[in-house]
Amino acid sequence: MSSPMSTPGGKRGRPSNPSTPATSPPAQRRRGQPSSNGDLPLMPTSPPTDMPDPLQDTSLFSSPRRSVLPSEVDMSSPLIGARGTPARQRPDLGSVRKSKQVDLQSEPSAADGAAAAEQPAGQRLVIWGTDVNVATCKEKFQRFLQRFIDPSSKEDENSCLDLNEPLYMQKLEEISIVGDPVLNINCGHVSSFDAELYRQLVCYPQEVIPTFDMAVNELFFERFPDSILEHQIQVRPYNALKTRNMRSLNPEDIDQLITISGMVIRTSQLIPEMQEAFFQCAVCAFSARVEVDRGRIAEPAVCRNCNTTHSLALIHNRSMFSDKQMVKIQESPEDMPAGQTPHTTVVYAHNDLVDKVQPGDRINITGIYRAVPMRVNPRQSNVKSVYKTHIDVIHFRKTDEKRLHGQDDENEQRLFTEARVQTLRELAAKPDVYDRLSSALAPSIYEHEDIKKGILLQLFGGTRKDFSQTGRGNFRAEVNILLCGDPGTSKSQLLQYVFNLVPRGQYTSGKGSSAVGLTAYIMKDPETRQTVLQTGALVLSDNGICCIDEFDKMSDSTRSVLHEVMEQQTLSIAKAGIICQLNARTSILAAANPVESQWNPKKTTIENIQLPHTLLSRFDLIFLMLDPQDEAYDRKLAHHLVSLYYQSEEQLEEENLDMAVLKDFIAYARSYIQPKLSEEAGQALIEAYVEMRKVGSGRGMVSAYPRQLESLIRLAEAHAKVRFSDKVETIDVEEAKRLHREALKQSATDPRTGFVDISILTTGMSATARKRKEEITAALKKMLQSRTKTPVMKFQQLFDDLRGQSETAITKDQFEEALKALCDEDYLTISGKTIRLAT
Amino acid sequence: MPSTNDWINNPLGVVEEMFGASQNSSDSGWEAKVTEFFRQRLMEKDAHTWVPSLNDVPLHYLKPNSLVKFRCLIQDMFDPEFYMGAYDTVDPSTKAKVLRCGKYKDVTECGVDLDSANMVTSERQTFYCVPIPGESPWVKESYASTCQARVVPSTSYVPSRQKRSYEDDDEDDMDTQPQAQGHAHNAAAEAQGNGDSKRQETEAPSGQKASSPPLDLNFPLPGEKGPACLVKVYADWDSFKLNDTMEVYGILSVSPALSALSDQSDTSSSLILDPAECMETAEELRVHSPPASLVPRLHLIHTQRLAHNNPLLPPAALEDSAASLASTLGEMVSVRAELLAYFTQLLLGDVLAAEYLLLHLISNVYARRDVIPLGKFTLNLSGCPATAGPAYTEQLYCALQQLVPSAYRLSMTLQNMNQLRLVPRKDYVANRLLSGALQLAANTSLYLDETQLEQGQLDPAGVRNITALGNVISWQKVDYDFNYHQMEFPSNINVLIASEGRSLLPSDCHVHLQPQVTPPNMEAYLGSALTAQSSSQLNKFRLYLTMARTLDYSISEEVTKAVEDDFVDMRKDDPQSISADDLHSLLGVARLLCLSLGQSALSTDAWSRAKHIETLRKSRSEPQGCLNGNEP
Repeated sequence: MSSPMSTPGGKRGRPSNPSTPATSPPAQRRRGQPSSNGDLPLMPTSPPTDMPDPLQDTSLFSSPRRSVLPSEVDMSSPLIGARGTPARQRPDLGSVRKSKQVDLQSEPSAADGAAAAEQPAGQRLVIWGTDVNVATCKEKFQRFLQRFIDPSSKEDENSCLDLNEPLYMQKLEEISIVGDPVLNINCGHVSSFDAELYRQLVCYPQEVIPTFDMAVNELFFERFPDSILEHQIQVRPYNALKTRNMRSLNPEDIDQLITISGMVIRTSQLIPEMQEAFFQCAVCAFSARVEVDRGRIAEPAVCRNCNTTHSLALIHNRSMFSDKQMVKIQESPEDMPAGQTPHTTVVYAHNDLVDKVQPGDRINITGIYRAVPMRVNPRQSNVKSVYKTHIDVIHFRKTDEKRLHGQDDENEQRLFTEARVQTLRELAAKPDVYDRLSSALAPSIYEHEDIKKGILLQLFGGTRKDFSQTGRGNFRAEVNILLCGDPGTSKSQLLQYVFNLVPRGQYTSGKGSSAVGLTAYIMKDPETRQTVLQTGALVLSDNGICCIDEFDKMSDSTRSVLHEVMEQQTLSIAKAGIICQLNARTSILAAANPVESQWNPKKTTIENIQLPHTLLSRFDLIFLMLDPQDEAYDRKLAHHLVSLYYQSEEQLEEENLDMAVLKDFIAYARSYIQPKLSEEAGQALIEAYVEMRKVGSGRGMVSAYPRQLESLIRLAEAHAKVRFSDKVETIDVEEAKRLHREALKQSATDPRTGFVDISILTTGMSATARKRKEEITAALKKMLQSRTKTPVMKFQQLFDDLRGQSETAITKDQFEEALKALCDEDYLTISGKTIRLAT
Repeated sequence: MPSTNDWINNPLGVVEEMFGASQNSSDSGWEAKVTEFFRQRLMEKDAHTWVPSLNDVPLHYLKPNSLVKFRCLIQDMFDPEFYMGAYDTVDPSTKAKVLRCGKYKDVTECGVDLDSANMVTSERQTFYCVPIPGESPWVKESYASTCQARVVPSTSYVPSRQKRSYEDDDEDDMDTQPQAQGHAHNAAAEAQGNGDSKRQETEAPSGQKASSPPLDLNFPLPGEKGPACLVKVYADWDSFKLNDTMEVYGILSVSPALSALSDQSDTSSSLILDPAECMETAEELRVHSPPASLVPRLHLIHTQRLAHNNPLLPPAALEDSAASLASTLGEMVSVRAELLAYFTQLLLGDVLAAEYLLLHLISNVYARRDVIPLGKFTLNLSGCPATAGPAYTEQLYCALQQLVPSAYRLSMTLQNMNQLRLVPRKDYVANRLLSGALQLAANTSLYLDETQLEQGQLDPAGVRNITALGNVISWQKVDYDFNYHQMEFPSNINVLIASEGRSLLPSDCHVHLQPQVTPPNMEAYLGSALTAQSSSQLNKFRLYLTMARTLDYSISEEVTKAVEDDFVDMRKDDPQSISADDLHSLLGVARLLCLSLGQSALSTDAWSRAKHIETLRKSRSEPQGCLNGNEP
């Protein structure tokens, strides 16, 4: 049949004459190239007289061509002839969507062009309109495949391959085993191997990729002659570093290979696109196949067999269709300049790329950028002077798919220029970088140096460690911070600032968020009627920071979901038949107000904010933001505020480190710096921990738990990251200790004794308070034992009696607690206001 | 005027002439020359007034392909498009080739040679522009009256008797409104001979529009009128931002071929399987290529960013015309006193509230320090007499609307809160940004009438709306909903909340109204207060408010020192009395107080005055807050 004729190259070897100008408008011309080698597509150097009319056109496909390039013959012969593996059309390369045929009027000019093109072709055979010589190109690519080794490869798909062997040969072997005839080629590799080949690939993808296809197939069937594939191997290049951003696409990118990133916002239904129409004669049942040309089918008017006119009918079932899907992508929010709306681009996916992406996916697309003139209406002589643009996809790459596995994907997301890295490194080398950065953080908020330092370390985070082999799973690397304090101490501003600073930040208010809003919920998609999982704030801020304001106003059920997130860093969901565990490796920055609206210094942190200690112990640092009430402070504060009101914006910019620099600094450190503990640092940490334990043991209480040690390690690692150091050293530990102590001093001081007592945070009660509780319970029990004859008594009376007996004041709360303790011992029962001794 | 005829009536002629000239000589700077030419022409004295404005001349009066201007806000930004910058046409009979210019045009000439080597593809950007939302009637009229362009009605248009009567009814309605408006109106009519009838005709098409299938023009505020426009920008489009206001000078293009496109898809041969067809939904096509008769295309040649839309001031930055405004500056103190008296009357004799209202009206977000917007001054005016029903708050709004260039009254009824779309949302089906009531230009006054709020339940949409309002007030930002993510757009909206008790929304400053007079008939009282102002008086007020807002401000070293000392002293006496937040608001009040007096530097007098009025205000609101139990 004529259809398999469509080797990637063969298809395009179509009488194509200057047709593409329509598709590939004059972009190249703008680059100043003469039209002869501008954009006329790959028409083999055929004499101008060979310009075929549409009828010849179709026949050409079944008839061997006379005047084609030698290489053109190569394209099809070894593959189809020898192995019988069918080729597959590549609509993504535009071989199917025929470009507009040239107008008859313009034919002379086209012919001129063709003639002009012949001269260079005579000297060296190149595909028309390009500087690509098929044979050379093929050879180069085969050499690339056979020789390219990338020992430093980090891509996870190469993980099981031997890095010291030619990478793509291993992939070919994989294809022969797995049978998936697609070879993905990283353009970065091509570029490092042969820059010229890479340039050709980017500039003339439509010509070069089929050549690659040919080369690969030759190589493959040479090596694995017996393997059976569904169709011939197709090469899919990706990561062409031509363009990163949708906004920077311009007319010069037309018909070039580009890679852009974006987010899928809409996918169309599958569009069956007819490739070949099948006609059958109603009289003699003779059948004819007609290629679809530019969306038109030239219906044969006369049956060639029986010469009946208008007897041919289209048989849909036997026509050939290919799949096509329209995908709309939108710029990712990070790429956009402020104050503008995101751009969108239409993308066509073909064949097996259909339905590969869903709305909401973040993807990198590699494809060929196209521009088509708006349809000319036959009845209208003038044209809209606007082109429609789209991208024919060759390769999709989801950027967020790996988030479900435990890998960090940030490295590939952000790219830093050499110069930028240099400035960042210079900054990091400065001895006062830590102070500089912390003062650059939220400059409008005055003082609170330690809090800012804490938040800075939170932004950097610790090193992610994997202990899953020893059975402990992942260690939390994220630092959690709680700010509590008087209202009006700019806690919310700090949160807002952090939320604006980090790329994946979420801001919620405890009052307005529910457990569902934080975790995930199941929703029926209105269009597909499928249940879909919608993720909430905590999952969305995976690898980022979740800022929760008014933490204390959160309902208990909501808070309970935080337990898992804050230590295990995962989120388990079991609802509507969906049971799963999502990653939520998020740092939490929470702000809470004291219960009595003003901080009561006579009470402990727990009593002031009324949060369960189970949750509090999961915060690495708990800071109090109090009004210091001190004259020097007031003066500085006033000065700071006044200056806000008259400094011009430029002055402000100069004074402080740019927010953008800070952002880049953090992003760079997070993705490239993974500090490890040094020997001395380990010793210092051990000492610090032992010391902390010792402080408490003197008074019969424990003042540090392993959780505190982990916090210290995280903070020390974060501090090392600030210095861009790969090693955690003693100074990092010192700072971690200092900060930790500062936070403890503020939040875990027992107001009754003035000592720092970690048990306030871990058990919700200071050791002294616990001791006191035991005493009261004992006293109460003793008293009750003394009056066993009256097994029933009034609550108030008993309370008064006990108070009368005791030498220290007993509050009603304490009394109730004691009663409850006895009740738990089954010593008595309480019903309303009466107390009954158990018998 | 005759000399201007060419470049106003046939700007494309000028463009083509320059294009043609550039083809002969090799230098290619013709594009810059074109913009420079038009910029020069418009700079000439009064020249810009000769250009007809889309804002006040109905579209069917304007000549296609002539130069027009349009005062607008960028509501949405479409994707950039590629067009034929230059192309060859071939005459079918003579086969002669002519090089044409495609810039500033939507449609090409006949017989394009698609394969010509001379074809140049260029890029341009399309903005969807709407008239400035909430623009006050007096602004519209004043702009219309200064425009001297004479537009000849096309012969096909005969105003019908019936429409006139419809307009007359409208006119009667307007007469019930304050006389002052009538004054301005008359002034406009005098200035322009036939201005009156013309203005009536401008509104006629809107009546016609109602009969045709409605096309949602996507105005941010409900009930807005006027044309929307697709503005094609040829250079430097990155410098434009969403919600920018500007005056666009461009070539009007209303070719029916543009809109015909959507109809063709049904009629043209179905055999064509053009892939371009299936990728756009009908809605998208409707939105992106609406009929040119409703949404004309404007090919931008020159723009002027508007720092404000007050017709009484020159549109350019103030420095340019500093000399002419020096006299106004001198008068500021006296105008301020008059305005204060006027406000006092409106606010039932409450001087303090009047002063705060004045400060509120000149507030402006002048800088942002990381996330904190500086200069915002949201005023909550509580204690609005409820007995009079909505009349009082409504009348107050009318009075304010007459003073500020753009304003919008959002009555916070439960229904409105639940149903209105406040936050713009991206509609991915039609691929456009659906506008919301919070998509407002900078310095628009948003008047929230909370007295209309009744008991009931807010649904999720209502809660989101309230949150959005809260965000505008606290952070001056609106999070536009892009479905998969949200995007933050900074705003600069003056929010005034009128409520009975303390508002449920946050505010920078809460003043409880203490009426000194209790007029038996509120409506009549306010009505008389409104009409008592002459139009020249009103103009003075308008000028004053816009001027005061744009003044520069600084604090000298000595005053800084004094303020610091003051703060430390106050804290020493009673640490609870003043917090950092209080100092913040005190500094804000002091700044506005200075500006309102036309001073550009903080003086100790102003500082103590600010302290004084803040103390007065606080002493008022505290007992009130406790009574209502609404303390935060």
